[in-house]
Parts: sequence; C-alpha cells; structure tokens
Amino acid sequence: MRRPGSTLIALILALSATVPARGQDFIVVASTTSTENSGLFDHLLPTFEARAGFAVRVIAVGTGAALQYGRRCDADVVMVHAPAAEQAFVAAGYGVERHPLMHNDFLVVGPRSDPAGIADLDSAAAALAVIAEAGAAFISRGDDSGTHKKELQLWEEAEVDLAEIAGSWYREAGAGMGQTLNIARGMEAYTLADRATWLSFGNRGDMRILLEGDPELLNPYGVIRVDAERCPNVKTEMAQRFIDWLRSDEGQQRIADFRVAGQPLFTPHRQP
Amino acid sequence: MEDFSQAFLLMFQMLGSRDPELLGIIELSLQISLSATALAALVGLPLGAAAAVFRFPGRGVLAAMMNASMGLPPVVVGLVVYLGLSRAGPLGELGLLFTPQAMIITQTLLVTPIIAALTRQTIADLDEGCREQLMALNTSPVQMVFTLLWEGRFSVLTAILAGFGRAIAEVGAVLIVGGNIREVTRVMTTTIALETSKGNLALAMALGLVLLTITLLVNLLATGLRNAAARQYA
Repeated sequence: MRRPGSTLIALILALSATVPARGQDFIVVASTTSTENSGLFDHLLPTFEARAGFAVRVIAVGTGAALQYGRRCDADVVMVHAPAAEQAFVAAGYGVERHPLMHNDFLVVGPRSDPAGIADLDSAAAALAVIAEAGAAFISRGDDSGTHKKELQLWEEAEVDLAEIAGSWYREAGAGMGQTLNIARGMEAYTLADRATWLSFGNRGDMRILLEGDPELLNPYGVIRVDAERCPNVKTEMAQRFIDWLRSDEGQQRIADFRVAGQPLFTPHRQP
Repeated sequence: MEDFSQAFLLMFQMLGSRDPELLGIIELSLQISLSATALAALVGLPLGAAAAVFRFPGRGVLAAMMNASMGLPPVVVGLVVYLGLSRAGPLGELGLLFTPQAMIITQTLLVTPIIAALTRQTIADLDEGCREQLMALNTSPVQMVFTLLWEGRFSVLTAILAGFGRAIAEVGAVLIVGGNIREVTRVMTTTIALETSKGNLALAMALGLVLLTITLLVNLLATGLRNAAARQYA
C-alpha cells in the first residue's frame, strides 16, 4: 500500500511555491470608495509609481474605516473626505498633518419622477426637510463614511430628528456609495451621493441629479501621513514622497486632468 | 433577461480576450483557494478521521461542534484574522495584513472545519465495517486513522471539494484581510463585489459566470482524477 501522506505533502510543497512572494517596496493608502471606484487612483498612480520606484497599494473603504486603519497603524497614508473627523484624527496624534488635496461636491439624487418635488430648491437642507415632510423614501449610507457624516450634518440643519423616523421612509443601507445607489434605484428612493461615484456609476437607470450647487454640498478631500511616533512601522519617507507629489504642480495637474465621460471629477486644491 | 444574455456575451468576450488583468485575478484566486484547501486538508483529514476512530468521553459533543463550525460566518473569521494580523494586533510584526498570505490563512481557517467534519462522517460510516478487521490485525490507532483515510479516499475527495467550493466562493473574509488591492489581493469574488458596487451589473454577472466555470473545471478535473485512480486500483 502506498503512503497517502507523502502525496499530500508533495502537493502542499508544490502549492506553497506558487504563492506570490511579496514583491517590491510599497506603501498602503487607506482611501475612500469614491476615489478608487471612479478610477482616480488608476489615473494617478502609474505616473507616480514610475517616478518613485515603489508601489502604492490602495485599500478603498469608507472614511470612518480608513481612519480606523490609520489608528491601528495598518496604513501609511489616509486620504479621505470628512474634514472634522480628519482634524480630530490629527489632534489625537494619529496623523501628522492634514493637507487639503482636492474637492468636488455632493448631489441629492433620486427618481426622475421626484415624488417630494425638490428639483426646484436651492438648499440641500431644505430639500431634506421637504423629503421628510413628504415621507418619500430616502436611503442613507449608514456606514460612518464621509458622505454619511455629511448627510447627518444636513439632517441636523434640516431639523429632522432621525431617531424618531428611522425605519419608516428612512433606511440605512450600511453599505458603500455604489451599493447604496443600487438600492436607491431599486426602491426609487432619494440619496446623497458624491459626484465622482455618481458620474462613474453604471446602474443609474431612471435616477437623476435633483439638487446640486448648494455651497453646503462642498466635498473636500484631505491627505494625512500616519504618525511614525505612534506607529513605528509607517514608511515615513515613502509616504511623505507620495503626499508631496500629490500636492506638487504635477500631482495637482494630474488630478485636474482626470475625466470620466468627458467630465472632470475632482478640482485640485491649488490651481496648477 | 437582457441582463443575463448580456452577461453571457460579456463572459465569452472576456474569456476570448485573455485580458492579462482578468487572467491574473483568476490565477490569484486559484492559488489562494487551492493553497488554503491543501493546508486545510492536511489538518482536517487526520483531525476528522481521528475524531471518528478514537473513543473518548465527549466524542458526541466534539462531533456536534465540528458540524457546527462548518457554519462559521466568514466575516467573523475575517475580522478575527484582521485583528490578529493588524499592526495593533498580536501578530502585527509579521506584516501579513493585506497580503495573499493573510487570505490563505483566513480561508484555511474557514475550510478546515468543513473538511474535518465531512471526513469524520465519512470515516465513521466506513469504520463500522473495517474496525473489527483492523482490531484483529492489531493495528495501532494512528495506523488505523491513516488506513481508514486511505480506504475512504474517494469519498474524502468530496469533502475536499466542498472545502474548495467554500474557499473560492467566499468574499466577506478575504475582503477584510486582503483589502481588495488591485493586482495584489484582488480575487474573483472581490472583483465581482467591486463591479456590483460600481453599478456594472452585467460585468459583475459575467465575472460570476467565469468563476462558476472555473469551479466546475476544478471539480471535473478532480472527479476525472478520482475515476482514473479508481480504475487503476480496481
């Protein structure tokens, strides 16, 4: 009788040899789904990686989760869009400094039929108040992302108490922007979306932008290096090179050049 | 229905185009899940067989626990591995978070209970007939474990394939520990989740069909090998 064990061991050895080795140098950037899913990083990184000679690995999650990766020392750089949370992150000593990087804006999107009738309004907070008044379906991200934080701030300005109405016409998806848009389309509901995800989203169907241009809807992105004093594993030099490049004339120009379907998605902080 | 026909069309286009990024994703998926399944088999087979062969108090409870652990929620396993491998965690020094290795570890943890539990049942069924025979031959318990595994090798293959099925189809755990980094930790399932979240539903569906095709091929290959081996030994 043959030994069954030897075949298995040979198999394991053969397999473990195929496991990809950890390659070149890299940094980990915790960022948001809006920047990754829109293709911004695919547009920016090849240029930078060729110059720098190391790779940038992007983990795309919500702003809350990205900052949490920073706090746990699992990222070298965080690039997110919730200025108040970012400042708290730096103030608590997790990050070195918040650099403004670029911005775009949020949109209130919903079914073309616009059951609550918000299309003629100018103020996002007023629109949310009207949606609440009409009891029209609204899908919230509900995931502590930058967009979710902005939405909560708008409800506060609209003087709508979410604790009272949750579960009726107001639903928390607990999901990323794209998933939330998929749900909103399916339920013919309103939602708050960032322009980058909206423009690059492939399943819009009958949904339309119903409100845009309110200065309240500004969506600024910041970039922060995780502090090596707290996290000794942080690759400070490489992380700083990446941040410096993003803020350089070339980096800002590359951001300005990024287009989806002919439309610019992000405005660089500094006009290069 | 239009979505589905579009998805089928896309699938054939994708497979025909031999897009290097897609091929890389398929290759990584197979490497990770086959490695995890092999590691899980290495642990799960003897463990399952031993649980069937040895008589000890609490054997029934152990069997129930093994069966229950087949239902480990992947997201929870992913979270546990994440907390362990995170820089702030006990194994942070290893720098394994967001690597394919972390994904192999996670899938191994998910698949081992499945292989162990199914093997235990297979061997327990086999044990009834063989046990007295082996006892009469004065076989040691350890020898008995391996003899029974060998005797039941064709049924045990199904346990391994069930484990592989879990590994290749799983998304929640590998998303957490791998991070879905392009060209580093992006596998079939995380790509499908990503494309769904981008609203590219037909593309996501087509990728799902590609994944199904690959899983089918692996199973056909394993069954073919099994049948060839069975003929040889018959």
